[in-house]
Amino acid sequence: MGQLFLEFWRLDDPNVVWVLAGAVLLGGAAGVIGVFAFLQKRALIGDALAHAALPGVATAFILFQTRELEVILAGAVVSCALGILAIDYLVDHTRIKPDSALAIVLSVFFAFGAFEMTHIQQMPVGNQAGLDKLLFGQAAALTADDVRVLGIVAALILVVAALLFDRFRVVIFDRGFARAIGMPVRFYDFLLSTLLVLAVVIGLQLAGVVLMAAVILTPAAAARYWSNRLGLIVILAGLFGVIAGIVGANVSYIAPRMPTGPWMVMAITAIFFVSLFAAPERGLYARWRRRARLRRRVAEENVLRTLFKLGEGGDQRRWAGVNEILRYRSLSPVALGRVLRRLEAEGHLEHADDRWRLSGAGLERARAITRRHRLWELYLTRQVELSPDQVHDDAEAVEHLLTPEMERALAEELGTPEADPHGQAIPADNPRAGG
Amino acid sequence: MSEAPLSVRDLTVSYQHKPVLWDVDFAIPEGRTAAIIGPNGAGKSTLLKAVMGFVQPASGEIRFFGDTLEARRSLVAYVPQRSEVDWDFPISVMDTVLMGRYGRLPLLGRPRAADREAARRALEKVGMLEFAERQISQLSGGQQQRVFIARALAQEASLYLMDEPFAGVDVATEKAIVELLKELRAEGKTVVVVHHDLSTVGDYFEHVVLLNMRLVAAGPIEEAFTPETLNKTYGGRLGMLSEVAERVREYGLDERTG
Repeated sequence: MGQLFLEFWRLDDPNVVWVLAGAVLLGGAAGVIGVFAFLQKRALIGDALAHAALPGVATAFILFQTRELEVILAGAVVSCALGILAIDYLVDHTRIKPDSALAIVLSVFFAFGAFEMTHIQQMPVGNQAGLDKLLFGQAAALTADDVRVLGIVAALILVVAALLFDRFRVVIFDRGFARAIGMPVRFYDFLLSTLLVLAVVIGLQLAGVVLMAAVILTPAAAARYWSNRLGLIVILAGLFGVIAGIVGANVSYIAPRMPTGPWMVMAITAIFFVSLFAAPERGLYARWRRRARLRRRVAEENVLRTLFKLGEGGDQRRWAGVNEILRYRSLSPVALGRVLRRLEAEGHLEHADDRWRLSGAGLERARAITRRHRLWELYLTRQVELSPDQVHDDAEAVEHLLTPEMERALAEELGTPEADPHGQAIPADNPRAGG
Repeated sequence: MSEAPLSVRDLTVSYQHKPVLWDVDFAIPEGRTAAIIGPNGAGKSTLLKAVMGFVQPASGEIRFFGDTLEARRSLVAYVPQRSEVDWDFPISVMDTVLMGRYGRLPLLGRPRAADREAARRALEKVGMLEFAERQISQLSGGQQQRVFIARALAQEASLYLMDEPFAGVDVATEKAIVELLKELRAEGKTVVVVHHDLSTVGDYFEHVVLLNMRLVAAGPIEEAFTPETLNKTYGGRLGMLSEVAERVREYGLDERTG
């Protein structure tokens, strides 16, 4: 297998070169244009278009009796365009919702195409046509001419996307505004649809009708996890598509019975799953980490607040036993022990034997937390009109998320109050200034 | 004497054969700050959409400074409702505000330094300059609204049309928008705002358009914003219905006799 891998990359076999070039061009172009479809919330349009291409391909073959790529592609473009018009007509002029319109057009066009394919099979030249390969794609049949056409179309897609990147962004983000400033919104719609149709059509031979939707959509979905900047998302989606193309071409060479298209889809799906889990900020792991950190902070702050409350009205830094704390906090003794040791390590607590007390820094932090907690409770009773005994749990959840600005706004709105709804004092913002 | 920044004559709009606006007729004088008010479903937003050409009116004429929107587009800035876009869209505050400049860019032109400067000025006016590089998904509702207004300010227009800019914003944002309205008025700009809070109409605006499918009244606050017109806008139809119901009961005209 290693041997075959090296053989592949020697690129002696022209067939290898065509397949590799085709897969890379397709992956890149489809990935880039897919981002715009993804952001238009028209994710399924790629799927509908791919299916809508089939009757065009079949009709072109029946009419001209040729497998010439240009002819077949022209047929596909025409029937995709009809498909888009049909979808837009249904959405604009009937009560049918966009997703239903997509589904209707997809199945009607595909059914008609399938019917034509059966007819072609029965034609004398039909069996050699290999048109049935368009369903799942057959990269191995790519020729130099095919790749040239693919290259031209892919370049066209990339150039237009690069030139009109920010115009597309305006139109997709806020259509109403784009129209208000006089941008030709319909023209940009048409352009985006055309680019998408082209991407679908060049993908038919390689990935096939059924898989093109994944080749268009999945790179965009994966790239969205990695960035909030559209420029970067577009580049990443293109790159993911290219990687998928390389993997697909490679696998189909090493294991000769393996088709390129499906392996491209497998590769891009793998990239998607890695993104879903591992992407910083938006990925599942990052989210899980954030939540765990918040939980830890909540536990710490609650313990600090309990110690503050225990010392209130007397020695603010009095010693408290573990059992005393447990009376106020629903934690297991083991969990509490962990929290206490962590707080000690941070310098917020001091301990002697089994007894704990706030350090100087701990007292400061505990006072701030208590202030936020009681302000929030007061806000809920006054503005949301909950009764004081309903309030406590809600306050617990939110107080940990209040920012200093929000806290100031709260105090201001409440008229710098001195006591919470339970009648307990609200510690001042800055205890030193207050004496 | 110049033409009114916005005049609407005999405007009728219907959605799928259901009339939403009937024969609406008014003009906003130059330099005024005007509110369009009326109950839910009165057609306030539809009016704005028809004015901007998003919905095709069944009849009527809309003029901007005495001419068509096409001819006067560079003088008109529009602030859509905040809820009309996806705020998770990957774009920064700065790039959003820069959209206000695309109306004047040539086909493939990119924003230049002057455009960025205008965008920065607009952000400063709404107190959002420090957020310029943030993603819009990280903003609060009020901040989002201010970004939308900044985008309109970047257009440096003469007439501003705003669809519910006060809907669901925090106190700070409301204050900022009110200040901005004053500033625009001082600069002689005309502002038309779809508004829902009756209690602030008198404080924020000088001119009012009362709407409930038909035009109830339009004019300076002192003249048009009266208990009588308000009653006609908000309670009128309901009052009439209850009066009719009363009569029906009085005369015993119910199903049995009918």
